[in-house]
Amino acid sequence: MEYVSPEGLRLDGRRPVEMRQLRAEIGVVAKADGSAMFEMGNTKVIAAVYGPREVQNRSQQITDQALVRCEYSMANFSTGDRMRKPKGDRRSTEISLVIRQTMEACILTNLMPRSQIDIFVQVLQADGGTRSACINAATLALADAGIPMHDIVTSCSAGYLNSIPLLDLNYVEDSAGGPDVTVGILPTLDKVTLLQMDAKLPTDTFEDVMQLATEGCKAVANYIREVKTSFFCLIVIWDLCYNYC
Amino acid sequence: MDARLANTWRLTVNEKKFIESALLSGIRVDGRNPYEFRKLSIKFGREDGSSEVQLGHTHVMGFVTGQLVQPYRDRPNEGSLSIFTEFSPMADPSFESGRPGESAVELGRIIDRGLRESRAVDTESLCVLAGKLVWAIRIDLHILDNGGNLVDAANIAALASLLTFRRPECSLGGENGQEVIIHPPEEREPLPLIVHHLPVAVTFGFFGSESILVIDPTHHEEAVMTGRMTATLNANGDVCAIQKPGGEGVLQSAIMQCLRIASRTASDITKKIKDTVEAYNTERALRKIKRHPTSIALDGSANVKVEQEGFVGNKGANELPKKHMGSSRLVSEESTSQSNDCDGGTKSSGLGGNSRRNDGTTNFVGEPASWNINTQEEATRLDR
Repeated sequence: MEYVSPEGLRLDGRRPVEMRQLRAEIGVVAKADGSAMFEMGNTKVIAAVYGPREVQNRSQQITDQALVRCEYSMANFSTGDRMRKPKGDRRSTEISLVIRQTMEACILTNLMPRSQIDIFVQVLQADGGTRSACINAATLALADAGIPMHDIVTSCSAGYLNSIPLLDLNYVEDSAGGPDVTVGILPTLDKVTLLQMDAKLPTDTFEDVMQLATEGCKAVANYIREVKTSFFCLIVIWDLCYNYC
Repeated sequence: MDARLANTWRLTVNEKKFIESALLSGIRVDGRNPYEFRKLSIKFGREDGSSEVQLGHTHVMGFVTGQLVQPYRDRPNEGSLSIFTEFSPMADPSFESGRPGESAVELGRIIDRGLRESRAVDTESLCVLAGKLVWAIRIDLHILDNGGNLVDAANIAALASLLTFRRPECSLGGENGQEVIIHPPEEREPLPLIVHHLPVAVTFGFFGSESILVIDPTHHEEAVMTGRMTATLNANGDVCAIQKPGGEGVLQSAIMQCLRIASRTASDITKKIKDTVEAYNTERALRKIKRHPTSIALDGSANVKVEQEGFVGNKGANELPKKHMGSSRLVSEESTSQSNDCDGGTKSSGLGGNSRRNDGTTNFVGEPASWNINTQEEATRLDR
């Protein structure tokens, strides 16, 4: 099957190095300390952050650090066929572990000892790249909750089909059986924190694909910074109006 | 998560600081180089498809079994490969029996990605009847001792057991060719799996922000490290899978350096696996020889074995079982078409073998003579 036409257009009309449309919204879950909704094309996820709060299970308390917990689940209706087990299956457990360790790398856990930070990520629409969208949503939610981080984490995926590196795969391209590289970076430090890859690739090709995914991550980082500044400006204005009117 | 925390709890602050400061000077606690793997030993069990791997103190066993099942609806002519891990509580006090914890699930998925997504095992050859019956290969990995770096050891155990696994041969029969007959191993030699390449996992540990990296971290180093990465590569230089689940951020150049080191290590490990599997296959072929009861009674039975091995060396291990099975059939007076076909061959090889053996020791005079005693008529009849 042809995933890139001879004119250089992919199945959804994008160019190989073009990302899908990004859309983010902060404060979607009113009860949570911080929440965000992130869309990458048709993939839509919501992240909610509760914390820092008291550790619920005393035996798991860490005396010098905050405990970070993460739960990833896909809604039953998120994929084409109704899913039987939205969480607790092996894929969800692995992705929960991966997101938790990725966010732990950027949260300044030393500033909040003996406390707990919960990150809940729910996939509402799955069209490829759910892992990346979850990490981006979690970053925004953590920023919304005011949790101190030493850098944001952004993530993007890339693949290699018809001998062309493609950025930001959707579900059809992902299930083609070609390689799928997911990268998560700390943009300011320019360091790679998350890197996952499956299927076979020669090492030099892998380097190109990883480079492409990193560029995608930087583009997401620029978008997130825009969203944050505009959102926080709005918050300040709203706060001022509320207090002085 | 609890496993990770339990690991750190058992190390005192002094030990952690010691490991960290030693690493700053490039010294590892067990005396290895930063890019050196621990001693690897691969052993096989009596059954086909069982292996035991020891990597330093880490001890993992792998078992491969096959079953005929219905294929998935979207892949009607492909078999399946599934991996199950068992983190035995005797391996580590933080492992609990019952539901696999996070690290168990992650280990299973890393090995699964390395084997299945990179198409290391040919699943299309596992199809018996398209859409109805295919072979489902199941790999069970039991962790017996956690000395650090379970992923690499478990991966090697999985590869070793896959290479030595034999599945029974099936053929289609019945009225309309839709019935599947599974031949027992005594009737037809079981077949090995078709493995295209060997994806070998190599794990790196990252320490602190000084970008110190070590290969094959031990249990204590794992408690201290701030990030890790498992790269699965094959001997052809292809990257099959990479898993860096968060943790310390590293530069892209460091990742490419890791891949280069991993490529070298992977080819060493591949060679080692192939050598041990080769030795096992030879030994297995020798075991398949049905020894005549009187041959064991001869004194100097050690000489019997030596001569047999010499025979094998000249004729090739694969030919040997068939020929000797043919001769044992002569002895038991079952004449099937199969034995008739290789009779002439057996006769001549027997003669050739005889002369060689007679040159060796005089003990062998008894053996060929006893064959002739039992099969006098057949020997004359087959003298075409």
